[in-house]
Amino acid sequence: MPEAATLPTRRDEAWRYSDTDALAALDLGTFEDWQDIDVPADGSHHEIVTIAEGDSTQLRRLRITVGEGATCEVFGVIAAAQLGRVEAVVHLERGAHFEMGGITVGGSDTTREFVSHVIHAEPEATSNQTVRSVHWGKATGNFLGRIDVVRHAQKTDAAQDFKGLLLEKGASVNAVPQLEIFADDVKCAHGATVGQLDEMARYYMAARGLPPETARRLLVQAFLGDALVALDDDAERERLMDVALAKLEAHL
Amino acid sequence: MLKIENLTATVADKQILNGLSLEVAAGEIHAIMGPNGAGKSTLSYVLGGRPGYEVTGGSVEFIGQDLLDLEPHERASAGLFLGFQYPVEIPGVSNVQFLRESLNAQRAGRGEEALTGGEFLKLAKEKAGLLGMDMEMLKRNVNVGFSGGEKKRAEMVQMGILDPKFAVLDETDSGLDIDALRVVGEGINAIMRDPAKGVLLITHYQRLLDVVKPDKVSILAAGRIVQTGGPDLALRLEEEGYDAVMAPENANA
Ligand SMILES: Nc1ncnc2c1ncn2[C@@H]1O[C@H](COP(=O)(O)OP(=O)(O)O)[C@@H](O)[C@H]1O
Ligand SMILES: [Mg+2]
Repeated sequence: MPEAATLPTRRDEAWRYSDTDALAALDLGTFEDWQDIDVPADGSHHEIVTIAEGDSTQLRRLRITVGEGATCEVFGVIAAAQLGRVEAVVHLERGAHFEMGGITVGGSDTTREFVSHVIHAEPEATSNQTVRSVHWGKATGNFLGRIDVVRHAQKTDAAQDFKGLLLEKGASVNAVPQLEIFADDVKCAHGATVGQLDEMARYYMAARGLPPETARRLLVQAFLGDALVALDDDAERERLMDVALAKLEAHL
Repeated sequence: MLKIENLTATVADKQILNGLSLEVAAGEIHAIMGPNGAGKSTLSYVLGGRPGYEVTGGSVEFIGQDLLDLEPHERASAGLFLGFQYPVEIPGVSNVQFLRESLNAQRAGRGEEALTGGEFLKLAKEKAGLLGMDMEMLKRNVNVGFSGGEKKRAEMVQMGILDPKFAVLDETDSGLDIDALRVVGEGINAIMRDPAKGVLLITHYQRLLDVVKPDKVSILAAGRIVQTGGPDLALRLEEEGYDAVMAPENANA
């Protein structure tokens, strides 16, 4: 029997921006509920996560091991009404690749977050994570991305890219990269920006006849698209984008 | 078809248009020339309803309606096209998607049926060809990575596709080399020279007016139209400069 789980607190780095009230309402067992994904050497795996419907708080916790030369991709949209959280702890063997594309979208006073912990345990592994957050109301979007590069994991190439788009005052985003690098021959890039819709682009679009809602949809779609560029399957990419845009349209 | 009367407007609480009056009849191409800072771009933005450009007095009648009463996208749908001095880049949105959605939004506003993807592409191809633009350019994101000249050419392709009744073209000739200027000028003629259409052509240079021959030329200075004449007025401006042509009280300090 595992030890009884305890409720995470905001002192824990990985839960720092989470919604503790929503968490307190959860059954403690939920925190022990991990989905294990083992990708064998030279294999590939592709995981789609959407938290789109329902009023209840949802956590999705993935524990992933990517074998030598293997690839694992995780693409997700969090458009939940209550706290929605996708967490991935990823262990990379030699030459493995981890790809993550995440979208958080929504309003009210809800928190929606991606939390990743990628461990480059062997040399020459690569990881690329792109998260795009678009929020309104009093909503919060978070991307907490920890990357560990162990001492002998030379030629690691890890990248994190976050952009937030706030449609209304009162919404917010947090991007927290945390890099623990113990090897010397590595590339680790991370970038984070936050902004609003480009007013000049909106006006230009209006001047060509696009109603404000259509202009906004096109601009948001373009913004979110970055998170899904690495997703090869067109139909799946469209489906995920539709989940995100449906959330936006419901707001308009 | 456009009648501007005693228009005043402020930008950032600064009065820029100072009682501007101007009328353009159907079938006319009316050139506007004037010193830098006179308010030419402000006039085009006010006509296009850009947020932050506040009309404080006067009226604008456009094909029998009160233009100032319409939202910016409704003005487009009513047939107004604004060619931007600085066309805007829209990363992540392709020209094809942008223009198809724009055209169909305008058509919906006029109670017309949407064009299908195929119909739209055929139209886009025809208009791009008119301006010597490759369809590959239209598949790229709106103005992203376009040179100054390509942006102006793309504006004219947009105008061709949207087929407006009236165009306000703000320094469409700036940033163009001689060959591109001819192509763009001929594009304007092909798209807008029509007894039922009108153009307000803002320019600094006679060389565009050699191609797009204006019916009338006005000088805009310090937020007003200070002089209107025929095509010869532009020639005189080119030779003598604004200060010499304008009455002294109208010259910009
Ligand atoms: N957004 C703005 N904020 C403040 N002043 C502005 C703004 N836009 C234009 N102006 C001012 O309005 C005047 C007219 O500008 P503009 O219409 O661009 O002139 P033109 O196109 O004739 O060169 C200038 O003095 C300019 O500085
Ligand atoms: Mg100007």
